[in-house]
Amino acid sequence: MITIFIPTPLRRFTSDKSSVIVAARNVTEAIRQLITSHPSLSPYIYDESELIRKHVRIYLGEEDIREKQGTDTLLKDGDELSIIPAIAGGSGLVN
Amino acid sequence: MTTTIEIEILEAIQSQLESAYPHEACGFILGHEHKGKRRITKSIEVENISTENQRRRFIIDPLDYMKVEKLALKEGLSLLGIYHSHPDHPAIPSIHDLEFAQPYFSYFIHSINSGKLTDTRSYRLQNGKFVEENLSVTENKNSVAPDAIIIKTIADRTQQLPLSGGGGV
Repeated sequence: MITIFIPTPLRRFTSDKSSVIVAARNVTEAIRQLITSHPSLSPYIYDESELIRKHVRIYLGEEDIREKQGTDTLLKDGDELSIIPAIAGGSGLVN
Repeated sequence: MTTTIEIEILEAIQSQLESAYPHEACGFILGHEHKGKRRITKSIEVENISTENQRRRFIIDPLDYMKVEKLALKEGLSLLGIYHSHPDHPAIPSIHDLEFAQPYFSYFIHSINSGKLTDTRSYRLQNGKFVEENLSVTENKNSVAPDAIIIKTIADRTQQLPLSGGGGV
């Protein structure tokens, strides 16, 4: 089984659960199962093309999956994925 | 929407942000939420890893963010938001702040002018826009009620009681 860590801003879509357990062989399957059980998460994870949003990172343990095989990265029992929204910003007024 | 911050926490944030001037600095705010009222009881400073222009941008390392999330769970606190400075800019969200804004979080924005804190405001995302929330400072660390004793609103405090010589708004 794979544990998916849910960040605080998205927990309102998982009934306040900080993690969701799924059975999956790779990252794509894991995220799809998460979305199937919690469909309201979808727009916060996927873009219109059903790709992982530009400002969302998926980590396997402490490694960004982009540095592995992306969403094809294989998973094994006991792995932990984390969904991590990019935290950034900076000054400059809104027009 | 009401958020209260303990004075010691605000002073720690102020010290960090003024020291980082003219660069932007950032961190997380943690605490408790009860019936829609938030109370900040802890802040965690993190590095601004932006390589673009630290005077105008901040980026938090995803691993730092993840560690803070897990620390909050371990300590039984809620991760309530993020703070960052706007050096020589108003405490108003920028288009860059909006681009990366997350639901639920309070966004504390601190205006640092010529190295001194002059304004602090907090915003939350609602329907894709930032809405300013009521923000107050309390000296009562052990108050049971989340905001039982409010000494000043932030705006009043920065005008009348500069935390370390900061100027008025």
